[in-house]
Amino acid sequence: MTELNNLTVAEARDKLRAGEISAVELTEACLKAVEAAGALNAVVHHTPELALEQAKAADVCLQAGEAPDMCGIPLGIKDLFCTKGVPSQAASAILDGFKPEYESTVTQQLFDAGAVMVGKLNMDEFAMGSSNETSTYGNVVNPWRAEGDTTDLTPGGSSGGSASAVAADLCLAATGTDTGGSIRQPAAFVGITGLKPTYGRCSRWGIVAFASSLDQAGPMTKSVRDAAIMLKAMAGHDPKDSTSADLAVPDFEAAITGDIKGQTIGIPKEYRMDGMPDEIEALWAEGREMLADAGAKIVDISLPHTKYALPAYYVVAPAEASSNLARYDGVRYGHRAKLGQGDGITEMYEKTRAEGFGAEVKRRVMIGTYVLSAGFYDAYYNRARRVRTLIKKDFEDAFASGIDAILTPATPSAAFPLGQEFDDPVQMYLNDVFTVTVNLAGLPGIAVPAGLDKSGLPLGLQLIGKPWEEGALLNIASTLEDRAGFVAKPAKWW
Amino acid sequence: MSIDKETARKVAKLARIKVEDEALDALAEEFNAILGFVEQLNEVDVEGVEPMTSVTPMRLKRRADVVTDGDQQDKVLSNAPDAREGFFAVPKVVE
Repeated sequence: MTELNNLTVAEARDKLRAGEISAVELTEACLKAVEAAGALNAVVHHTPELALEQAKAADVCLQAGEAPDMCGIPLGIKDLFCTKGVPSQAASAILDGFKPEYESTVTQQLFDAGAVMVGKLNMDEFAMGSSNETSTYGNVVNPWRAEGDTTDLTPGGSSGGSASAVAADLCLAATGTDTGGSIRQPAAFVGITGLKPTYGRCSRWGIVAFASSLDQAGPMTKSVRDAAIMLKAMAGHDPKDSTSADLAVPDFEAAITGDIKGQTIGIPKEYRMDGMPDEIEALWAEGREMLADAGAKIVDISLPHTKYALPAYYVVAPAEASSNLARYDGVRYGHRAKLGQGDGITEMYEKTRAEGFGAEVKRRVMIGTYVLSAGFYDAYYNRARRVRTLIKKDFEDAFASGIDAILTPATPSAAFPLGQEFDDPVQMYLNDVFTVTVNLAGLPGIAVPAGLDKSGLPLGLQLIGKPWEEGALLNIASTLEDRAGFVAKPAKWW
Repeated sequence: MSIDKETARKVAKLARIKVEDEALDALAEEFNAILGFVEQLNEVDVEGVEPMTSVTPMRLKRRADVVTDGDQQDKVLSNAPDAREGFFAVPKVVE
């Protein structure tokens, strides 16, 4: 019999409702898996008591026959989400000891739906990174290893703990957040599904802000169906986030019909990058064939400003970060530096921030400060925002021409060894080359595992949908998932 | 456009992050690498293009201007590194 923690959300839901298993049994299986997985460093704050308490409450609901879909489902929660009374530090030393007095809207909605939290998950500091190497808790390790090799690989970032935890079956699913690819790139690196919803679909209230015009929470799951189930519980209008959309939340799972006949899938020529590994090119071609075979029409399209997405992102995101991270001043929460004789408030700010922020966060805050400073605002920030308008228009033009969704590779490579790209920020930024356009345009995007490379590591494909049409996107993603038939799991070494 | 040591010092000051003098040259170099990458944006014709303010066309919601929350001093102060007598405590600001 399969271990309970290996179940998908959909499988567990059905077994829980049928009374075949209890939420407490399921939660205990996950807690046991978490305890045994210290080597992955995915779970950084363990909450077993809370989990069992939530599981018992879930069992009561289940017995009463009133259980929502997520009732009794053990989840991992990215450390970026504020969880009441549980450490929430965005993997930064500057939030050492911070225990929120409130619950983020997304986690509150999940808990209201009966979900169980097994713990808080590691990530890049303030979600800034693509390899989970900037965390104050240390690196997360990918459960996958290349065949015949014991080198530790990155799970990607910034939601690296979420990716590693789901791939290693420490929980059934996890929350992630995605500012430039932080759900989709790690999902692709560990062979799971990662969905970034349309900007505004999920409330950002109570999620530590990185770049507010780009940040969006989403599910990281073992299947496309699970992503649909979990998104429904996470999404919806929230008066506490003025950018959350006041739109009805559809039944995303019901949209998964497996029928994509007559849908038109665009293949953007600009995503064919120089130096892209042949295996990724081949996987992309296979993806096209799978969708065509399922009855979709495949069309070549152009998104002419693609090349400028990363440079625009590395102006807009640091600019917003420099503003958002101004709140970490050593006054209201977290770390405050020890002050010397005669130090005033400015020294307190400067020393606190120098000690509390890691190198990548400092780099981005200072870049953001520079591009927003007098004399450079127009040249950098306003120009980047204009380019962003053009990037969004590229997608609008494609959709207006009859395209229903766009198929691209998810990442330019498979997972790479920890330490390999860490010293070159610009090289690291290139990890998000296929995902960042989607954030700039506010669109939904999903990474689906589609194959293995020659060393046995997972590779993913990305589908990009129209705004607010996550249901249609999930349906196409599910078709791709079925045809790709990705069932591989990492061999347990931890 | 190239960032020198003095500009790096000024940016660190504006960002309120203490950077030791000997680290400024390396910092300036990092800035130049990133800004060099960003320079590509100058190739794009942005004449007449509006800078994006909101990625989804939306009108921000308004609510009645009334007190809806408050009376939570203990909670507000509970995470402060130094809180005294109901206030956040900081080093002397005004001489």
